[in-house]
Amino acid sequence: MPMGFTTIYWRDMIRFVRFKTLLVSSLLQPALWLAFFGIAMSSNFDALTAGIPVTPGIQTVSYLTFMGAGIIAMTTLFTSLFGGIVILFDKNWGLMREILASPMNRNHIIIGIGLSGVTKSFIQAIIIIVFGILIGAAFFAGFTAVEIIIGIAGILAFVAMFALGFLFLSAAIAISMESPEGLQGVVTLLTLPIFFTSNALYPIDALPEFLKTLALYNPMTWLITGIRYFAIGSDFIAVGKHYQYTPSVIIISYIGLMVFATLMFGLAWWRFQKAVVT
Amino acid sequence: MPEQFPNNDQAIIRVENLEHSYGTFNAVDGISFSVKRGEIFSFLGPNGAGKSTAINVLITLLAKQKGEAYVAGYDVTREPQKVRESIGIVFQDITLDRDMTVWEILEFHGRLYNMPREERQKRIDELLSLVQLDTKRDERTKNLSGGMKRRLEIARGLMTRPKVLFLDEPTIGLDPQTRMRMWDYIKGVNNEGTTIFLTTHYMDEADQLSDRISIIDQGKIIISGKPWELKNTLGRDLIYMETNDNESALRLLKDLSSVRDIKTKPKGFVLMVNEDGTKVLPVVIDTLRKAGIEALTINLKKPSMDDVFVFYTGKDLRDVPAGKTPVLAKQAGGR
Repeated sequence: MPMGFTTIYWRDMIRFVRFKTLLVSSLLQPALWLAFFGIAMSSNFDALTAGIPVTPGIQTVSYLTFMGAGIIAMTTLFTSLFGGIVILFDKNWGLMREILASPMNRNHIIIGIGLSGVTKSFIQAIIIIVFGILIGAAFFAGFTAVEIIIGIAGILAFVAMFALGFLFLSAAIAISMESPEGLQGVVTLLTLPIFFTSNALYPIDALPEFLKTLALYNPMTWLITGIRYFAIGSDFIAVGKHYQYTPSVIIISYIGLMVFATLMFGLAWWRFQKAVVT
Repeated sequence: MPEQFPNNDQAIIRVENLEHSYGTFNAVDGISFSVKRGEIFSFLGPNGAGKSTAINVLITLLAKQKGEAYVAGYDVTREPQKVRESIGIVFQDITLDRDMTVWEILEFHGRLYNMPREERQKRIDELLSLVQLDTKRDERTKNLSGGMKRRLEIARGLMTRPKVLFLDEPTIGLDPQTRMRMWDYIKGVNNEGTTIFLTTHYMDEADQLSDRISIIDQGKIIISGKPWELKNTLGRDLIYMETNDNESALRLLKDLSSVRDIKTKPKGFVLMVNEDGTKVLPVVIDTLRKAGIEALTINLKKPSMDDVFVFYTGKDLRDVPAGKTPVLAKQAGGR
């Protein structure tokens, strides 16, 4: 079995650990979001929802716990959408000509970049979970050891599939663009609507019909649904809303992410077949 | 000049009527040539002549549009994978990751080509000593000098023991001393049996390095041959003269048996002579003096690759009004 993607993966990870400032900032950034935005928002939201009577028998989770899932998703989105930038740098100043002129199948570039991006997102997700628990997020509250392991595995499975979709999209954009500024512009343009039409920071039920529809078909919503299911449980109250997740909702969300990733791989595959770098 | 085409067994690169256009611009306009196994073959031409386009088709980075092209016995369109496995490339621009070490650059290349681990390690050791970068193994490439970067790229091009090494403008941007050292490396690589295809716009580089040269301009091969053959086409010596009556002088001198051709220049003219210039010169001066023409400036020289280049790519003076085109002036972009 050809293992070309491991070469691409190896090289991308060298870069990841070599740029110390980039490494530290990419690990620190999600923690900072959680620390400042999370604590500030949760003290407000928790005060606002304090008047809502607690339904007996159903756990009520703090806002920090609720949005912790959103922060994992947001970090994964940012990291993944920028994950393809190495391709752009390689194209303009680096190794892309060498890679394209080699006998390696071009799919391996896409897969290699995808896997290194997933690795980075795993590291970030785990940091957020650990840091979140440290500052008071009730992840895995009342879980048994086995349930915690299943929970973490489930979260990572969702993060991986979501990250792959956006990494493939990022790779497709990067191989088609000329300048890093252009990529940055497109990525910024994409992240805002994806992030804010999701259930990352608030329940989507109260959104206007149009935004709600967008939110329902937003891969980010599917990811966050999965993370909350595995980190909090299938039945809880947050921000005054009663969440109940059936297994079929979770499975459909995951299938949605798989379909999205497959489509994005197709897009990247097509762009890489077309790519001419001379 | 007739060019002896090597037969197919000897030819490691064979190109027939290759054409490549960008929109309406014919970057490569129907070229045919072949490269013999084991030689150093050069494309010599100004920037924009079509050298890089041709090389990019041969190394399969550009899809072939028209014509035939075979590298190491494989069709570049039908078997690009086989071509890729058979060649090494040093690109025109530096293509290194600034933040990877010398060792990592070579290791990455070896992995890219699926070389087994032991072979990779052995080859990296060999190549680092060949290009004298052994002490730089763990240095990041951004800390290397321009010459070292080039040497590293040559080492990378040789990692997989390619049958042909393509060098696109290998010494561009390097200082004269470093360039000459690069030539030694390239010759060394060639002596070990690797066929080398190089493009350059440096006349001296093509002259010094090549077994054979094709001069390429505006997408066409103007002439091909060994460096000395090309220079000999201009005659044995060149005599540059300025006189007080250039027109009459031209008329007189073109009938001399030793003069094979005359090119006019803005202030004078160049005689291309078949015999030893030092013997011809007195005859020339004598002829002029008898007609009452006085020679103001005289310069005798051997034809250089510059002269060959300008002679064949510059507009031929037989087609252009006298005095319009400087024959021996250096081409824009040529230096």
